Amino acid sequence: MADATPQAVDNIPPAEVPEVELYHPKSWWTKYVFSQDAKVIAIQYSGTAIAIGLVALVLSWLIRLQLGFPGTFDFITPEAYYQFITMHGMIMVVYLLTALFLGGFGNYLIPLMVGARDMVFPYVNMLSFWVYLLAVLVLVASFFAPGGPTGAGWTLYPPQAITSGTPGGQQAGILLMLASLMLFIVGFTMGGLNYVVTVLQARTRGMTLMRMPLTVWGIFTATVMALLAFPALFVACVMMLFDRLLGTSFFMPALVEFGEQLEYGGGSPILFQHLFWFFGHPEVYIVALPAFGIVSDLISTHARKNIFGYRMMVWAIVGIGALSFIVWAHHMYVSGMDPYFGFFFATTTLIIAVPTAIKVYNWVLTLWRGDIHLSLPMLFAIGFIVTFVNGGLTGLFLGNVVVDVPLSDTMFVVAHFHMVMGVAPIMVIFGAIYHWYPKMTGRMLNEAMGQFHFWVTFVGAYAIFFPMHYVGLVGVPRRYHELGDATFVTDSLHSLNAFISVAALIVGFAQVVFMFNLFWSLRYGKESGGNPWRATTLEWQTPETPPIHGNFGKDLPIVYRWAYDYSVPDAPDDYLAQNDPWPQKAPASEAAS
Amino acid sequence: MAIALILVVVVVGSIMFHVLSPWWWTPIASNWGYIDDTLIITFWITGVVFTLVILFMAYCVLRFRHKEGRKAAYEPENNKLEWALTIVTGLGVAAMLAPGLIVWAQFVSVPDEATEIEVLAQQWSWNFRLPGADGKLGLSDNRLIDADNPLGVNRSDAAGQDDIIIEADDLHLPIGKPVKVLLRSADVLHDFYVPEFRAKMDMLPGMVTYFWFTPTRTGEFEILCAELCGVGHPHMRGFVVIDTEEDYQEWLQEQSTFAQLSSPTKLSAAARLEE
Amino acid sequence: MIAALIFLAIVVAIAGWWLSRQRLFSKPWLETGNAGLAPGTEAINQPASKVGLGVFLAVVGALFALFFSAYFMRMEFPDWRTLAMPRIVWFNTGALVLSSIALQMAVVAARRGRLQALRQDLLAGAAAAVIFLVGQVLAWRALAELGYFATSNPAYSFFVLITGVHGLHMIGGLIALARTAVQSAGGEVTERLRTGTELCATYWHFMLLVWVIIVALLAGWLNEFADICRQLLV
Repeated sequence: MADATPQAVDNIPPAEVPEVELYHPKSWWTKYVFSQDAKVIAIQYSGTAIAIGLVALVLSWLIRLQLGFPGTFDFITPEAYYQFITMHGMIMVVYLLTALFLGGFGNYLIPLMVGARDMVFPYVNMLSFWVYLLAVLVLVASFFAPGGPTGAGWTLYPPQAITSGTPGGQQAGILLMLASLMLFIVGFTMGGLNYVVTVLQARTRGMTLMRMPLTVWGIFTATVMALLAFPALFVACVMMLFDRLLGTSFFMPALVEFGEQLEYGGGSPILFQHLFWFFGHPEVYIVALPAFGIVSDLISTHARKNIFGYRMMVWAIVGIGALSFIVWAHHMYVSGMDPYFGFFFATTTLIIAVPTAIKVYNWVLTLWRGDIHLSLPMLFAIGFIVTFVNGGLTGLFLGNVVVDVPLSDTMFVVAHFHMVMGVAPIMVIFGAIYHWYPKMTGRMLNEAMGQFHFWVTFVGAYAIFFPMHYVGLVGVPRRYHELGDATFVTDSLHSLNAFISVAALIVGFAQVVFMFNLFWSLRYGKESGGNPWRATTLEWQTPETPPIHGNFGKDLPIVYRWAYDYSVPDAPDDYLAQNDPWPQKAPASEAAS
Repeated sequence: MAIALILVVVVVGSIMFHVLSPWWWTPIASNWGYIDDTLIITFWITGVVFTLVILFMAYCVLRFRHKEGRKAAYEPENNKLEWALTIVTGLGVAAMLAPGLIVWAQFVSVPDEATEIEVLAQQWSWNFRLPGADGKLGLSDNRLIDADNPLGVNRSDAAGQDDIIIEADDLHLPIGKPVKVLLRSADVLHDFYVPEFRAKMDMLPGMVTYFWFTPTRTGEFEILCAELCGVGHPHMRGFVVIDTEEDYQEWLQEQSTFAQLSSPTKLSAAARLEE
Repeated sequence: MIAALIFLAIVVAIAGWWLSRQRLFSKPWLETGNAGLAPGTEAINQPASKVGLGVFLAVVGALFALFFSAYFMRMEFPDWRTLAMPRIVWFNTGALVLSSIALQMAVVAARRGRLQALRQDLLAGAAAAVIFLVGQVLAWRALAELGYFATSNPAYSFFVLITGVHGLHMIGGLIALARTAVQSAGGEVTERLRTGTELCATYWHFMLLVWVIIVALLAGWLNEFADICRQLLV
C-alpha cells in the first residue's frame, strides 16, 4: 500500500512513446465519410445507432398501442406484433445500446481521455463502422423480405425460431437476423480491438490505470467482456444457421409440427440457451459498465467533488466484469436445465449485487457535502440512480431462484429489465450527450428543451415501468399479443395497461423534442468555449473545440494527477486539470502551447 | 429544489402504489406459500433499501445544492464507512438468499408419494396423460406421434395401455395429493404456467422436465403458456380443475384409457384389411 | 460450458497477473506529479500490433472454446456416435506442424537479417499451409464418400463446422502472410517486415495449438476428460 505523501514533481521530457504516424484525409470523402479519425467514426456510429434506435422506438409505440388498446388497431396482427417485439428488443440491446456506448462513446472518449492522438488501428476502426452499418442494413432489409422479419423474440430460442409457427421462421427473416448479428460481431471485434489496445498501449505520459477516468475504466472493461462474450452469440448463430439451412441437429430434437414429423433429431434447445445467455448476461453489463463509468464522471464533475471511493469503484467494475461470466444460467431457472444448478447460479447472482450496491452508495456519497450544480447532466445522473436502484433491486427478486419461478416470463421481468438496462443506461446516454455535446460541436444544447426532455422522460419512464411490475405480479405473461379474458384479468388491469401505453407515447414524444434539440443547437446553441463544465479530464483540455484531427497540440499532454481533483484545499481554482502540474510550474513546452 | 421534491414523490408514490393498488398476486392454490413468503421478505428488504437510498439522495440534493460561495468537501474515500456498507449489504443479500435456497431445496425434491402425471404441449393446445390402475405412465416418444396417437405413447409398453388420455380438454386433479407434473412438448418450447400454483417450468421437445405441487384449494384454474411458442402463444389456454376426492373419482370414471382409444381404430383397420 | 470457463479462467489469470502490477491498491489522489511513478504502470511498451494480436488471439480462443463447449454438451445426448477420423487428417496435421516450423525459422532468419532465408521460409510456410487446406477439403470429401452427410451424425456436423471455422482462420492468416511475403521482396529486412513475420508466426503457432485440440476432441481422446468434468459438475 503506497500511502505516500504527495511526491515532488520534476520536469519530465514529453512523451517517450513515438508519435504515431497520423493518417491525413485528402478529400471530403476521406474526411467525413471514409474517415479514419476516431471522432468522426464515433459520430457515424452514434448517428447510425440513434437512427435505428428511433425505428425501435416507433416499434415500442406500436407494441404499447396493441397492449393498451387491444383490438383497436387491425394492422397489428399477431405476426406483426411478434415481429415488432423481436426487432424492438434486438435493436435496442445490440444495435443501439452496445453500438452507442462502445462504438460511439468509446471511439469519441477513449483517445481523448487517455491522451492519444487517435485509436491505434485507425483503418480497422473505420472498417468496424462500415461492417456495423452493413449489419444494420441487413437487419433493416429483413423488414422488406418476404414474410417479414423474424418474430421469435429477441432471444431467438430454437426450435421455434426456425419452424413455421413463428413469423419468419421458415422464410428469410431469421436468416437475415442471424447474418446481421454475425456481421455485427465481426464489426464489433474490429472496433473492440482498437478500444482495448488503445487503452493498453497508447495512454499518454503519466496516465497510469489508476489515473484514468471511470468512463474509460467502464468502457474498457465492457469492451474486454464483449470481446469474450460475443463469440458465444456467434457460435450460437452459426450453429442455428446450420440447423436451418443444412438440416443438422445441433439444437433441434425430434419434433412433430402441426402433425408433420420434421427431419431433425437428437439436438438440444437448452444448448442454444446456454450459448445465448453466456453472451446475454455479460451483455447486460456490457451496457451497464460504460453507463456506470460515465455517470461517475458526470456526478463528480457536476457536484464539484471527487468521486467517492475511486478505488472501490475500479475494483467493483473489474469484479462485476469477471463475476458476470458465471451467472448466465439465472436466465434459465425454469428452462428445464438440471434444477440443482439453481443453487450455484442464485448464489453467484446475488453476490454480484454487493459490488453493484457499493457503486450506488458511492455515487450518492459523492453528492454528500458536494456543491451540486443541477445542470442537465446532473439531473439525468440522478434519474439514472433512481431507475437503476429500482431495477437493480427487482433483479434481486429474479436472481433468487425460487422467487423467480412465479415471476419468470411475466411482465415483471419486462418491467425489471427495461428499468435496469433500458431506462437507466439511456438516462446516462442523455446525460452524457448533454455533457459532451459542447465538446463535439462547440455549442451547448438548449436548456429549456433539455429541461422538458428530462422531466417528461424521467417521470414518464418511471410511470411506465414501475406499475408494469405489478401487472406481472398479478400473473400476466410477457409476449402476449392480447391478454384476452383470463380468470385473473380484471377491468382495472386493462385500465392500468392503457395508462402505461399513454405514458409510453408521451415519453416517446419527448424524444422527438430531444432529436430536434440536437439539430437546432448545432446552429443556434449558446457557444460553449473549450471547457464549459470546468472539468478535469483531458478531453476538455484540447487546444481546439471541437478537437481537430490528432486531438492535441504539438505535444501530447502530460498527466500529473488523477481525474478527480475537484475542490482541492488550497488550490487556486475548484478544479485541477489532469495535465495541471500544480503546485509546480508547467514545463516550458506546455506553457508555450 | 424540484428534483428533491420529485424524488420524495417517487418514494412515497411507489410505496402508496404498492400498498393501495388493487393489483396483487392471485390467491394461492398450492403448497408453495413459502415462495410467497420469500417474495414478501424480498419486498421488505428491497423496499427499505430503495426508500433509504432515494430519500438520502433527496436530502443531499436539497442540502448541498449549489449556492454562491459553497465549496465541496475534499474526501476521496472513507474505508470504515465503505466496509460497513459492504457488510450490511452482504447481510441483506444473505437474508434474501438463505430462505430462497431453502425453499428451492424443497422445490427440487419431489416427495415419494407424489403421483406422476404428464402434460404434452403442442402448438397451441394442452394434452394430458394420467397413469391408469397400475399407477405408472407408459413410455412415450415424439417420433410415435400421429393422428391416432397424439401423445406418442409406446404401444408395446404394457404400462401405457391403461394410461388415461385427455386430449385438448380440462385436467382434473384431487385436492391435497402431491403431484409430480412431467412436462413434454411435441414441437417447440412451451411453459406450463398456472398463476395460482406459483410453480412453472418450460417444456422442451426431446426432454421431460418436471415440477411438483400439492393443490390446496378446489376450483378451476386457467393454464397459460409462458414461453413464446409462435403466433398462437396467447391463445394456448386450458384449465386445471381441482376436485374433492369424490368428484375426482367420478370424473375419472368417464375418461378413456389409451387401449380403449386405440382399439377401435385397430378394429376398423383390421376390418378394412379383410375387405 | 466447461471448456469456455477453463479458457476464461486462463484469460482472467493473465489479466489478473497484469493488473496486479498496475498498483490498483494505490491511492492516486496522494500521488501527484510524474517523477515517482512505479515502473510498468504506464502504457505498455510494445508495438500496438503485437498487443493487438494478443487481444485478437484471446477472442479467437474464446470462439473455439465455445465451439468445444457446445461439442461437449451435445455429446451427452443419446444419438451421439464418435467419428472415425479420415486418415488424411493425420497427414494434414503434419503439414500444419511443418508450416509452423517454417514460420518459426523465418522469425530466426528475420532477427538475424538473412533476407534470402526469410523469403524461402515464408514461402515454405505458406505452401505447407495451402497443402493443409487442400488436405482438409479432401478430408471433408472422404467423409462425404463414406456416406456421412450433415444430418446423419452430429459429430460429423461438428467436424464440418469446427474445421471449417479453423480453415477460414487459416485463410485469413494466409492473406496476412502474403502481405508479409510481398514486403520481403524489398531489398532488406526492415523493422516492419520483422514484426510482420513474428506476428504471422505467433498466429500460426496459436492456430496449430487450436488444431491439435480440435483433432484430440474429434478423435474422442478428450471424452474421458469430459466425463470427469461432468462428474465434477453433478
